Amino acid sequence: MSDTTITDPGVSEPDPDDGATLDEATDGTTLVDEVIPTATDGSRSDDGLDHLGLAHHTSTGLSNTKLGMWLFLGSECLMFGGLIATYMLYRNRQGDAIGPDQLWDIPFTSASSFCLLMSSLTMVLAVSAAKRHDDRNTRLWLITTASLGGLFVAGQVYEFTTFYREGLGYTTSLFGSSFYTLTGFHGVHVSVGIMMLMALMFMLSRNKVAGDKAETVEMIGLYWHFVDIVWIIIFTLVYLIPA
Amino acid sequence: MTIDTSPAEAHDSSHHSSPPGTIHTEGGTHEGASDFTYVKIALALMVLTGAEIAVSYMDIGKAQVPLLLVMMAVKFFTVVLYFMHLKYDNVLFKRLFYSGLFLALFVYIVALLTFHFFE
Repeated sequence: MSDTTITDPGVSEPDPDDGATLDEATDGTTLVDEVIPTATDGSRSDDGLDHLGLAHHTSTGLSNTKLGMWLFLGSECLMFGGLIATYMLYRNRQGDAIGPDQLWDIPFTSASSFCLLMSSLTMVLAVSAAKRHDDRNTRLWLITTASLGGLFVAGQVYEFTTFYREGLGYTTSLFGSSFYTLTGFHGVHVSVGIMMLMALMFMLSRNKVAGDKAETVEMIGLYWHFVDIVWIIIFTLVYLIPA
Repeated sequence: MTIDTSPAEAHDSSHHSSPPGTIHTEGGTHEGASDFTYVKIALALMVLTGAEIAVSYMDIGKAQVPLLLVMMAVKFFTVVLYFMHLKYDNVLFKRLFYSGLFLALFVYIVALLTFHFFE
């Protein structure tokens, strides 16, 4: 919890949309001067600012880690956008080979989607526990998240195996190639996320997380939620909308 | 002098514009929603997913695809705004993410248009 004074009372409020203003103020003080309280001995404390995204004395006044993560996620949108657009173009290009209508098992894919969706809830509860410095519950929610992610990946492996046995190989048709590439890339992202969750749990239990623990959990949480939102799109566009 | 550090609504110490269930700190900033609110949001997402699946089985003609796309967008932005905390976080993070998202949308819709995908 922060008791940081953020704005001076009695002065007109700025437009909220200009929130990231980093310019020097009229009296020469900077954003950092304004938001980081100065103790009587002249020292500053960053405690309690991390949750605002205002950590340590960065040039922007924001956490560089968080800034980097959002930038990474923004660029990931472009990568998955390319894969999704390619699939949409080729979804009906299977020729005489097996197509989506003969392959999809919507109840099964819905169940694995449900697992991934619920893992987003457990992840946000882990972040919430980490912000309360509740290490035990943080680890509990992290292991639940990793388990749900594991179920999703297991479902995807089963699905791929079934499709292959039914005649859809990676090079069978343009539809097959684009489908396996899109969902496979997503599956790899989920698997990387599971590894990150496991590593984080290990480090938390050994107290080896450097810096702000809550921010570290939050960063992995952002990545995890991102793979969830990508699946929300894939589930609708690939499985639910008829070819 | 005022400099807005803007974790979205950080300047709003009265909290009058905050959604129910939002946790407030002493400085009037937001830590995100409460755990109970997250559970309610997850339940809403479950219901929406169920509705999506139901719609995919229904024969409702031309309304089916737009309806599925709207429900997909609602789920997408619910996760982004609440679970990823963009609703409560600094506006710069929002701009970074939405720049990538809308650039991707623009680029690939144009790419699909060149292939006459929507005809």
